[in-house]
Amino acid sequence: MILFRKIRYLDSAAQALVEGEVLVKNGVIADFGPSLGDPDGAKIIEAEGAVLSPGLVDMRASLGEPGFEYRETISSAALAAAAGGITTIAVLPDSSPAIDDPALVRLIATRGAETGSVTLLPYAAATRGCGGQELAEYGLLKAAGAVAFTDGAKTIASSRLMRLALSYASGFGMRIVQHPEDYELAKGGAATSGARASWMGLPGIPAAAEAICVARDIRLAEMANGAVHFAHITTGEALDLIRRAKDKGLAVTCDTAPPYFDLNETAIGDYRTYAKLSPPLRAESDRQAVLAALQDGTIDAIASDHQPRDADDKRLPFAEASPGGAGLATLLGVTLAQVQSGHLTLPQALALLTARPAAWLGINTGVIAKGAPADLCLFHPERSWRVSAGQLPGKAQNTPFDGRALEGMVLGTWKAGIRVFG
Amino acid sequence: MTSPKHLLGIEGLNPSAVTSLLDLAESYVLLNRSGKTQRDSLRGRTLINLFFEDSTRTRTSFELAGKRLGADVINMSVSTSSVTKGETLLDTAATLNAMNCDLLVVRHNRSGAPALLAQKVEASVINAGDGTHEHPTQALLDALTIRRRKGRISGLTVAICGDIAHSRVARSNILLLTMMGNFVRVIGPPTLIPSGIEAAGVTVFNDMEEGLTGADIVMALRLQKERMSGGMVPSSREFFAFYGLDRRKLGFAKPDALVMHPGPMNRGVEIDSDIADDPVRSVIKEQVEMGVAVRMAVLDALARGEIL
Repeated sequence: MILFRKIRYLDSAAQALVEGEVLVKNGVIADFGPSLGDPDGAKIIEAEGAVLSPGLVDMRASLGEPGFEYRETISSAALAAAAGGITTIAVLPDSSPAIDDPALVRLIATRGAETGSVTLLPYAAATRGCGGQELAEYGLLKAAGAVAFTDGAKTIASSRLMRLALSYASGFGMRIVQHPEDYELAKGGAATSGARASWMGLPGIPAAAEAICVARDIRLAEMANGAVHFAHITTGEALDLIRRAKDKGLAVTCDTAPPYFDLNETAIGDYRTYAKLSPPLRAESDRQAVLAALQDGTIDAIASDHQPRDADDKRLPFAEASPGGAGLATLLGVTLAQVQSGHLTLPQALALLTARPAAWLGINTGVIAKGAPADLCLFHPERSWRVSAGQLPGKAQNTPFDGRALEGMVLGTWKAGIRVFG
Repeated sequence: MTSPKHLLGIEGLNPSAVTSLLDLAESYVLLNRSGKTQRDSLRGRTLINLFFEDSTRTRTSFELAGKRLGADVINMSVSTSSVTKGETLLDTAATLNAMNCDLLVVRHNRSGAPALLAQKVEASVINAGDGTHEHPTQALLDALTIRRRKGRISGLTVAICGDIAHSRVARSNILLLTMMGNFVRVIGPPTLIPSGIEAAGVTVFNDMEEGLTGADIVMALRLQKERMSGGMVPSSREFFAFYGLDRRKLGFAKPDALVMHPGPMNRGVEIDSDIADDPVRSVIKEQVEMGVAVRMAVLDALARGEIL
């Protein structure tokens, strides 16, 4: 039994932070309120100025396992997640082998349970082997625990196959998650098209490649009566399309990741391969558009988009370097930076990291509610730390935020009432 | 040890550095022509030509420049395929450090590769062409050629024609020429014009006649065959018809306009032999001569820790 005192927590009814106390008993949130008295045998945790948030729900990460254990393993990712206040991760299936078989879906969930600190919710492959040729077994995969279908960082390129995937998945009430980039336009590109890529001599990926894919898939979802989710949206043009689709009542959702509202294309200056991401960092106007879409609710969640890489994947000429950034440990801090700068309210930011992705995933965490699992993250919004590649928890050190000072430090993380960090 | 100075691109140089380099190169032109070519300013220093991409002209030019200054010159040609399969660029850097190389001339088919090497080697790195990024010594030798012929390297209208998108020569030249106060135009089909290039202060033309009108300098660029297979240009004959530099099109430039080409040329694609070999208008051979002098100046300046 734990009693958190002198903390602030998000009251979901009021959608506001309130000062009070939260009681954890038998792994679940037993009670919360302004004052809960002195329950017998409760361990008291007092943290003045700190916020007790539901554990973060990261709806999109690659964990390196199986197949890329030199980059990250599930146990090393679990350390990074706990340090970052994350207690649930939806894991991408484009591993090696791809998660396209019910047994593999169960493997991921089991490996998560073994960590004791993070729940892993497996995405399953939208196409066999994430190869973009034939549909995977959606019914069996769902029965094994798959939360949605996606080919991870690979675009489902064929319009015909995408239509089939949306249509077939809808029969099981499931979503297709797309990496939205027109395949042919993006092929071979290393940076967002424009003056910077031109001068650096880097093959470009036009920002419009995202909108073109989003426009196509919204139309396909409408035609197939399916549900589509767009991962890591980076451009204003795509967000306008999604906004309109939502207004129309279509089953369209999207997320973004911290690099896309915190950084712009200038971060790749001097061929910094740690800032080489997929999709690429965009122009400043797109970064602003992503922020605006976080404010107005068009974007449903902020995901870490964790893509572990090791030094050898990155110490290459820019065009050859593997895209992707480590994101678990910095998810909260970089998001809170937008609270400090006044672009988001703290309740808005926390909802994007907890309640909204939890609702999307259909799980009962992500809120401070009686009977909800005691997956919790205690953080101090004003305490600062500096991101340093080489010093991050976990194995993957390929952060695009190297050197950035962040306010918002995780003091402790609890999984089902058990302290797993701090 | 102080950190070595590099020449990774024209970006990062200022006008006075360019002028000093050109002045130094000028003195080497005269020396080279006088026949007293042997100097010993780089005696005891090691220069390695590290070429990951085929090149005859640039490699030979650097080799000659190094030898004329008394350096020990070693040529290393590495096929890129063997590198990507096994030894990484940084393994190569470690090897070079062990050899105590002083000056490292690098050509690589990937943009930014010399910059990556420069972070890891103890030698001064000279970019001899990286991907579609920069080729600074080419821009310097072009500037020297222009300055000698026109008596100045400012206030001129320079038309760069053809495959701008894939040309490191175009990028370095645009940076240098605009920095020195010239009017730079780029001419080519829209598929070969890089996006956002107008921001650099150049004017874009898709029509060759329009773009050449009133030009003091006409630079033709090599069109790689793979651009046609990639669908950016339908055929070489169509390209030649609209963008190949021939006598008729050159007629739109100033009567004393100079014709330049970084080589190697595709005769009958981006330039007509009639123009390429015209002893009055074409300075293509002179560009090669200036190349040696400019590279001597760059090596000398870097070895002495001056200018750059």
